[in-house]
Amino acid sequence: MSLQINNRFLRWFEHRLPIISLLDHSVGTSYPSPKNLSYWWNFGSLAGIVLVVQIVTGIVLAMHYTAHVDYAFDSVEHIMRDVNYGWLMRYMHANGASMFFIVVYIHIFRGLYFGSYKSPREVLWWLGIIILLIMMATAFMGYVLPWGQMSFWGATVITNLFSAVPVFGESIVNWLWGGFSVDNPTLNRFYSLHYLLPFVLVGVVILHIWALHEHKSNNPLGIDIKGPQDTIPFHPYYTAKDLFGLGVFLIFFSVILFFMPNSLGEVDNYIPANPLVTPAHIVPEWYFLPFYAILRSITFDLWFIDAKLLGVIAMFASILILFVLPWLDTSRVRSARFRPVYKQVFWLLFIDVIILGIVGAKAPSEPVFSALRSFQYVDLGQIGTAYYFIHFIVLMPLIGWFEKPKPLPKSISEPVLEGAGE
Amino acid sequence: MTSTTDGGHGDTATRRDFLYIATGALGAVGTAAAIWPFVDQMNPSADVLALSSTEVDISAIAEGSSITVVWRGKPVFVRHRTAEEIETANAVELDGLPDPQTDEERVQKPEWLVMVGICTHLGCIPLGDQGEYNGWYCPCHGSHYDTSGRIRKGPAPLNLEIPPYEFLSDDVIKIG
Ligand code: HEM
Ligand code: FES
Repeated sequence: MSLQINNRFLRWFEHRLPIISLLDHSVGTSYPSPKNLSYWWNFGSLAGIVLVVQIVTGIVLAMHYTAHVDYAFDSVEHIMRDVNYGWLMRYMHANGASMFFIVVYIHIFRGLYFGSYKSPREVLWWLGIIILLIMMATAFMGYVLPWGQMSFWGATVITNLFSAVPVFGESIVNWLWGGFSVDNPTLNRFYSLHYLLPFVLVGVVILHIWALHEHKSNNPLGIDIKGPQDTIPFHPYYTAKDLFGLGVFLIFFSVILFFMPNSLGEVDNYIPANPLVTPAHIVPEWYFLPFYAILRSITFDLWFIDAKLLGVIAMFASILILFVLPWLDTSRVRSARFRPVYKQVFWLLFIDVIILGIVGAKAPSEPVFSALRSFQYVDLGQIGTAYYFIHFIVLMPLIGWFEKPKPLPKSISEPVLEGAGE
Repeated sequence: MTSTTDGGHGDTATRRDFLYIATGALGAVGTAAAIWPFVDQMNPSADVLALSSTEVDISAIAEGSSITVVWRGKPVFVRHRTAEEIETANAVELDGLPDPQTDEERVQKPEWLVMVGICTHLGCIPLGDQGEYNGWYCPCHGSHYDTSGRIRKGPAPLNLEIPPYEFLSDDVIKIG
């Protein structure tokens, strides 16, 4: 279907800057999408919307926030108590960050289940991982801005990760801090970067969508589009479906925002930062917990690498390994629907990540079961970490090799038409 | 036949090759020189560096207690050690230590232990008079330090750092 522009002014404008047809080809009637997309395909557009929410509320917060160690905490309280609707803006922004991660994590697991990372979508997948990394950096630096105890100590622990780098470690950390500890220069640069990175994110998201449109969406069957009979136009079908999903999402967001706005945060962050007192229990925001568990589970040296550096390497590797997943997975079949063995280990990986998340929130030396005191959370974390890497490095190549996939349908429309004929 | 791009001199390096490489090299050096200020501006600034020494009056610290002072924005522990603490610190076998150091190497006067109060793991502040070695204990990921501030158990790789300091008199030390 191609676009008919009836309005004379728009036709004049389109002739000079063809933006209407660009939009039409991106999210309009001229963008053919697989006709069988399920609700798991809603989370991409939701992520985009949440990014816009973060940018809009962030720009508003920036109008009232002061990035200085003496004023930052008070300026956030000023936003909460004095600024008109300031509480709403801040709660939207703080909880919006959590929503962003929920949506993006579902989006990623969707990709893992339906094999969306496989040829020809590897670059699309890479861009997604880059988005995840930038998001993490942005959220980490944003969390430092209110300058509470968790802000300060979270920043201290995470920037200190770089001190594990051999030889240059200390210089790198002092360079990151702009001093000899997390202090005013650190707060200022984090604010500058926290403002910048979301816009970088917008740029990478555009590349992500560009790569998506080159080969179109994957779909629950994981097979290629064979012809026009397998597609429907994005508008009105998926615009409507995305809007419905947005409605459901906004209800969920509102429940958290209006009834439990502090449930996802850490109470210690309402205590102003004190560089001389470490809180008894430092925990990152929930969305970093599995990675934090991997970091802490490395308590042993390996060859010449000490435990501290090894932990940092393991933590970064747990994300970076996703870059090579398209080649670690040796199966040609995309969708787990047709992969009986992979389907099981997919869910095992999911459970493993949840367990790592729980471990990340606990003190390492706490026993997991009160009856068995020698089995501590750090041990559970080690098992979880080992399994995480075994999944990618051992299971993915092996399963693709020995698993016998179920027969694939001939085309996307075949099962649908069959059903209609009954 | 010789190709025209190499200036007609066959396979040998030509003046044009030389110009390409020279231009490229100069361009790379120039770019690096232009990038450096943008990187270096993030390093500690002159005023931050200027704040880097602190004088402390230690006369009021009773034996067996310690104070925490701030130096370069970091906590520094100044502990007036008891004879017993000094003795336990000296009795330790160096072989089993992750970061072997004698107690002597870590103090100027045995009764005064001056250390940066930052865990060498990931930077938390250890708690005094705690842990399995009656020294310091870091609650963040469970590192135990002894009465000489040496790492004995847990994820931290190194002993608590000794800052540069000197005794200006018996009662005053200058850190930094
Ligand atoms: C990727 C998008 C973004 C994410 C994930 C994000 C995340 C965060 C987080 C987690 C906080 C801490 C909230 C708290 O506990 O109080 C925060 C604070 C803040 N952010 Fe963002 N942010 C994003 C975009 C932006 C943008 C574009 C701006 C400015 C234009 C901005 C400005 C601020 C300000 C001023 C604060 C401090 C006020 C406060 O703590 O509530 N953010 N951000
Ligand atoms: S920071 Fe002290 S044990 Fe990790």
